[in-house]
Amino acid sequence: MSVLLDVEELRVTFPTRTGLIEAVRGVSFSLGRERLGIVGESGSGKSQTGRAIMGLTPPQARISAGKLAFDGIDLLGISPRERRALRGNRIAMILQDPKYSLDPVMSIGRQIVETLRTHEKVSKAEARERALAMLEAVQIRDPKRVFDLHPHEVSGGMGQRAMIAMMLIAGPELMIADEPTSALDVTVQLDVLNILDKLVSERGMGLIFISHDLRLVSSFCDRVVVMYAGKVVEQLKASELREAQHPYTRGLLNCMPRIGFERHPLPVLDRKPEWAA
Amino acid sequence: MSAEAIQSRRDWLLSERPASRTQARLGRAYVAWRRFSANRLAFVGLLIIIALLVIAALAGVLAPYSPTVGDLKNARLLAPSAAHWFGTDDLGRDIYSRILYGSRWTLYVVILVAIIAAPIGLLVGTVAGYAGGWTDAILMRITDIFLAFPKLILALAFVAALGPGIENAVLAIAITSWPPYARIARAETLTVRNSDYIKAVQLMGASPARIVLRHIMPLCISSLIIRVTLDMAGIILTAAGLGFLGLGAQPPLPEWGTMIASGRRFVLDQWWVAGAPGFAILIVSLGFNLLGDGLRDALDPRSGDQ
Amino acid sequence: MTSAIAVDRLEVVFDRFRALKGVSLEVREGESYGLVGESGSGKSTLLRAIAGLAPVSSGSIAVNGKKLGARRAKAFYREVQMVFQDPYGSLHPRQTVDRLLQEPLAIHGFADGEKRIERALDEVGLGNGFRFRYAHQLSGGQRQRVAIARALILEPSILLLDEPTSALDASVQAEVLNLLEEVRRRRKLTFLMVSHDLAIITHMCERLMVMQNGEAVETLTASQLIGHRVNADYTRKLLRASEGFVRA
Repeated sequence: MSVLLDVEELRVTFPTRTGLIEAVRGVSFSLGRERLGIVGESGSGKSQTGRAIMGLTPPQARISAGKLAFDGIDLLGISPRERRALRGNRIAMILQDPKYSLDPVMSIGRQIVETLRTHEKVSKAEARERALAMLEAVQIRDPKRVFDLHPHEVSGGMGQRAMIAMMLIAGPELMIADEPTSALDVTVQLDVLNILDKLVSERGMGLIFISHDLRLVSSFCDRVVVMYAGKVVEQLKASELREAQHPYTRGLLNCMPRIGFERHPLPVLDRKPEWAA
Repeated sequence: MSAEAIQSRRDWLLSERPASRTQARLGRAYVAWRRFSANRLAFVGLLIIIALLVIAALAGVLAPYSPTVGDLKNARLLAPSAAHWFGTDDLGRDIYSRILYGSRWTLYVVILVAIIAAPIGLLVGTVAGYAGGWTDAILMRITDIFLAFPKLILALAFVAALGPGIENAVLAIAITSWPPYARIARAETLTVRNSDYIKAVQLMGASPARIVLRHIMPLCISSLIIRVTLDMAGIILTAAGLGFLGLGAQPPLPEWGTMIASGRRFVLDQWWVAGAPGFAILIVSLGFNLLGDGLRDALDPRSGDQ
Repeated sequence: MTSAIAVDRLEVVFDRFRALKGVSLEVREGESYGLVGESGSGKSTLLRAIAGLAPVSSGSIAVNGKKLGARRAKAFYREVQMVFQDPYGSLHPRQTVDRLLQEPLAIHGFADGEKRIERALDEVGLGNGFRFRYAHQLSGGQRQRVAIARALILEPSILLLDEPTSALDASVQAEVLNLLEEVRRRRKLTFLMVSHDLAIITHMCERLMVMQNGEAVETLTASQLIGHRVNADYTRKLLRASEGFVRA
């Protein structure tokens, strides 16, 4: 399998009034054209890892890495302009809440068209055609109508589909999805995941799926990276999650209530200081 | 105090586990102070205001001459010199002494206006915002009526009706300056009234008066303090304006606005007569503005680690 | 036996939007009852209507056999308390834990405040070290514990729980759910709990009502749900969704 993304010893440090805070402390993994899940709880550094790859780390933070290479390109070595050109074009990102990541004053269709036209030289008519086709691909039933709607006029699930359409229009090779379905209702969640799954496998993209939901990630992804306190505690195949070795992974799996498995009280996680060491 | 003692005191103040009510409160004040004092300009503003307070308190000691009795025979309109630092006015009075005493009147005006206008605005705004409906409509329309007139014109009308004098000027300024505070307090109230923590207090069975007084007002106070501080300069200028027009402080009171008014006749030949009080107003206004900006950073309720 | 909560054909209308369309519900004394649904199902509105936080346009609510009017009497709040969803929004940002817990005691005129506050903090597993902290000095789980302590300090018999763990990490969620079960057992409380998560509801509740678009879809016992003995298609869809992603 060819390596699409190679991350070695990634560190993200934030300066604060009380000193430096290391959000990501030496994360390494590599990604081919597959679905990789990054799982962790709040403060585990999973989102900052995704942002660092995307190049969306806040300017006051410091990033260092032994290697951060996308398709052989050293992401930390290239100029901001080259980085921007990669972003959206070859690497795309979906965020948690479409309400905050879509422009509220521009119609959905225009946003998709604009995105396409910043990355490719195409005529207006062709851009419109492709945007409509993309909306159809994310299973929006009436793409012509949705094209002219503004983000506030659509439901959360529809907004997230539009977001996916916008992110996929330029045909990226790597997609980073940060909690893409957490703001959605459970039934809508599965629809959106189905669409994402289909598009990723049809187009042969690499996907990084960042989530707090270990069960969802393990059912969706091929491989899972489990993060705790800015570090990777375990990497394993999703199908082998039941045989997880690290007590944190096992604890995380165990502590969720499950239908048909009565446990009172629920087992709780006994956090060991050495996990963070 | 040794460095260690200072360090341990700081740790005590910044403790994440305060052991008493006082420690929690002091710790919070200390955090606000640290944020405030990190801002150099705000610190300068604070120094100016402290200097104003000291001068007002010690005017009697600091002033070399009487503020009201001048030497008409020998000392009319003297230029600044070693004997009269800021020169003398047309009645032979030492301008430096008059400015020192005038600081008392400036403070008097500013403090009285603040303690009359701010509470009225806070009460009207929070009650209107929390009650909503008719109460809100009536209170806010009254506020709008006050806001519809330029401040100085309205103050002029009030002083004309009440009669000139510094107390009436204060009253007039207070009456015209509460509406913006009511607006701010109402806006703050609207943002918090539907929050879960106010709902939670409602669910405790708290009366509306209790909720407004004990839970909503404390949240509005910091933005109000900031706004009042920033308005201080305007209040001083309005008071000076009224004094200038002969409707505020009456001669021979050494009020800065009145002093400028009486100096305007000689502004080309004896610039210091109007210039010195003008400069004093400028410095104090600047001080309040800088302080207000600093307080905004230190007290902003939206800043995360408050 | 009187029921703890009896809701009859309740309607709630916000600006012409019918958030609840004639929902009836009966919760027995000492029971733990769940309301499940997605956003817009009206489950939270139902809870808030019982607490007196939503405008009721028709229908009736009775608590412990007493019918409630439009305004809640002070005594009502000593019977019914609520824990909110967002632990970051339900604690006053300018008050210490101590002050938060004192407020209900002051309102209801309790004399032995000190002792009650200490006891309440102990009961939720926080201890006195947390007493003088502000909300921003607490983690999400600790905040939710404070919110539970605040709800329990008036010794109510009924606790309304509005997605109490949905904003928390999974491991913290388990701790808070365990705490809730423990206080319920110790104090023989009646729970009415709202969640979008079927697994949490079956874990915590004996009976549940599935809601959609402001209406009740069906009422089930937890064991019926566990055994997939459900009637409505919608419930089946929710059940399927709760099992995670299945590749087509």
